[in-house]
Amino acid sequence: MKSDWPYHLREHRGTLLALAGFVVMFTIYVANHPVGLNANVATTAANKGVLLAIVAMAQTLVVLTAGIDLSVGMVLVLANCLASSIVVGTPLMTALGVVGVLLVGCLCGAINGLIVIYGRLQPIVTTIATGAVYYGAALALRRVPGGDVNASLADALTGQLPGGLPASLVLLLALVLVVWWPFRRSVMGRAAYALGSSEVAAYMSGVPIRRAKLVAYTLSGLLASIAGVFVTCITYSGEASAANGSTYTLYSIAAVVLGGVSLFGGSGSAIGAIFGALMFRTIGDLLFVFDLDPLWQPLFQGIVLAAAVCLGSARLLRVRNRLDLYG
Amino acid sequence: MSLFRMEGVCKRYGGVHALQGADLVVEAGCVHAVLGENGAGKSTLIKVMAGVVAPDEGRMLFDGRPVSFASPAAANAAGIVCIFQELSLIPDLSVADNIAISNPPTRFGLIDRKAQRRMAEQALARAGADDIHPMALVKDLSLSRRQMVEIAKALARAPRILILDEATSALTAADVTRIYAVLKRLRAEGLALVYISHRMHEIAELADECTVFRNGRSVAHFAAGTKTDNEVVELMIGRDYDGVLPARTRTVRAAANAAPLLDVRSLGWSDRLHDISLQVRAGEVVGLGGLDGQGQRELLLALFGVLRGITGQVRVDGRTVDIRGPSQAKRAAIGMALIPEDRKTEGLMLPMSVRDNLSFAALGRLSKAGVIDRTAEREAVDRIVKLLAVRTGGTELPAASLSGGNQQKLVIGKWLMMQPRIILLNDPTRGIDVGTKQEIYDLLRRLAEGGAAILFYSTDYDELVGCCDRVLVMYDGAIRRELVGAEITEHALVSSALNIDDEHFGVPAAAA
Repeated sequence: MKSDWPYHLREHRGTLLALAGFVVMFTIYVANHPVGLNANVATTAANKGVLLAIVAMAQTLVVLTAGIDLSVGMVLVLANCLASSIVVGTPLMTALGVVGVLLVGCLCGAINGLIVIYGRLQPIVTTIATGAVYYGAALALRRVPGGDVNASLADALTGQLPGGLPASLVLLLALVLVVWWPFRRSVMGRAAYALGSSEVAAYMSGVPIRRAKLVAYTLSGLLASIAGVFVTCITYSGEASAANGSTYTLYSIAAVVLGGVSLFGGSGSAIGAIFGALMFRTIGDLLFVFDLDPLWQPLFQGIVLAAAVCLGSARLLRVRNRLDLYG
Repeated sequence: MSLFRMEGVCKRYGGVHALQGADLVVEAGCVHAVLGENGAGKSTLIKVMAGVVAPDEGRMLFDGRPVSFASPAAANAAGIVCIFQELSLIPDLSVADNIAISNPPTRFGLIDRKAQRRMAEQALARAGADDIHPMALVKDLSLSRRQMVEIAKALARAPRILILDEATSALTAADVTRIYAVLKRLRAEGLALVYISHRMHEIAELADECTVFRNGRSVAHFAAGTKTDNEVVELMIGRDYDGVLPARTRTVRAAANAAPLLDVRSLGWSDRLHDISLQVRAGEVVGLGGLDGQGQRELLLALFGVLRGITGQVRVDGRTVDIRGPSQAKRAAIGMALIPEDRKTEGLMLPMSVRDNLSFAALGRLSKAGVIDRTAEREAVDRIVKLLAVRTGGTELPAASLSGGNQQKLVIGKWLMMQPRIILLNDPTRGIDVGTKQEIYDLLRRLAEGGAAILFYSTDYDELVGCCDRVLVMYDGAIRRELVGAEITEHALVSSALNIDDEHFGVPAAAA
């Protein structure tokens, strides 16, 4: 019987590399941290990391279909502003508020998807435009920073579970199990990978291309809005900040690349993107423990990102027909 | 009753009749070979059968009932599955994912990976490819193995009619042997197989029935083995050919002892080109013949420096050159131009103006210190537009506004701007009108008279007969035969393209 494990390894190579990169960096970080790893250090690191990880998951879904979503950050900002108004009050009102925010997230994602599918526009242009619209809506909701959030929900999501385990990690795990895993194992998820890899071959094989794209964009919007609720829980307020939105969008793309997801589509996993996000966050924190000027952070993150991209394009050295380089 | 019957099927693309009144009868438990030269209508025929295109006229009967297929999926559901030449596999997915792609087994709404694995293993075993691991990614497999996966994928759909279009052209010898065994077993199981191949020995080995197509019509149907290869070739060419033959204008002959301008020695590339040696002298038009996809396109790309890992030697003017891309190939010392086959993607920037498109390849000559000399550019562009009689409303209009034939003239004109000495042409007249074709033939002749060395690949045999001083016929990535002068006849081209060992090459009518 032929052994399976080399193929498992091949399938998960990007994810495993991202995991290894994160473990190495996080070990260096903890080893040099002035206080060491205690529950509070872990929770702070986890909250920041999980926030980016959720946005990176959202980005992954679209990137797998060979698209890119430049509106994820703006959906996050919109969800943040909305949540700071409606995720308040009694437990029932809070729950309804959360559902409302998530529905708006789904709607934003679905709009992106519908325009890409039926307008036959490039995802990059579509999401720049819709991102501006979503940001405009966020501004209309909250001209100045403010608002509030249900404190017990916020504490539950950003605090620690008994034993010191950060609650945000449990949230992340739940999202993987409830959103990512079923998607990965469903016919729609398979179709999303297929069309990202080769849309023509997918079409010729009778794969439901349009539905798969719509599902991927909608779930992406959903995850971005969950990240928006989480931001609200961390900051206890809503702020329509264009800078925040753009930063999350760009960082999510960085996390996706570090996580071994191919920007050409069709290959990679949201799990890889999660470790990519955690690694990207740790790079920033490393500068802090080594007492370097935070001004170096963008430079350092940029170098790591460029190195990861170079690693990904090593295959081009093997191309034997130069026309394939431009295909 | 026949399993499948096609009667009087017609299909037009624009003004071109791809099929006109095609008939085909397919029986269960039988391998039916479909024969014909390039453009005879075979591909359209199977596209109609497989639901990829809808016929304009005619009807199809399956199990005695009239059928029409709106999509490949509908044809699949009815039991007709086609393995196309262009692979339909998804490179980033595993073999098992690909085999199950159209109809994956599910459990509680999610894909059942265990069931899928079993399904893939069974299909691979049935296709004689059980050494392929179901979890391997398709992009990691060789072309031959991918084709085996393609066959397994087709078998997983439980077809009653399986159409194989050149399915063996990418296979290694070992895989071909396995496929023969598999196809014979499928025939014994009662499947109907429609088999399109240009390899006469494969047809001799496998086929029970043969149908010959010519100019979109089915012209003959006979039991395999009842006709000689020579008779089959005659049927494929036909005697009633009414195409437009370019006038033979072979007036200028390069001195046979002149030194070759382009001299290729034992050129090879991966497993697609083998030991290719050829010479082209100044003033000579040398044709590349053979069936489509025997390495002609790769040979031209290799000479133009597009392929990596070339072995052997290329000499220009007697000096060995190492060309590493189009920008080097077009430099004055070499002066090589390639007219590509797909003008829309490789030849022109469609949204840009006629003038811009013409100047691109010659910007070096038309600029001083990096600044384009507009006057020189306008003069050069006007000269080419006049020379080629490009019909355009003005040189500032986008290239997309021109007709197909005039676009092709632009592609040629763009390279003439740099006054090349060696011109490689990759099927330049495909899909353009007869009048423009004639103009292109005349132009090639004039360029040769002006001292250019021309290497000309064409899928149209008449063109090779009418235009070329010599024709090199390729088969399986190698040059199998050289035809010179009066030896260049359609019969000789077709039979050497099919790689038939025939002592009577080049004397078609004498036998009759």
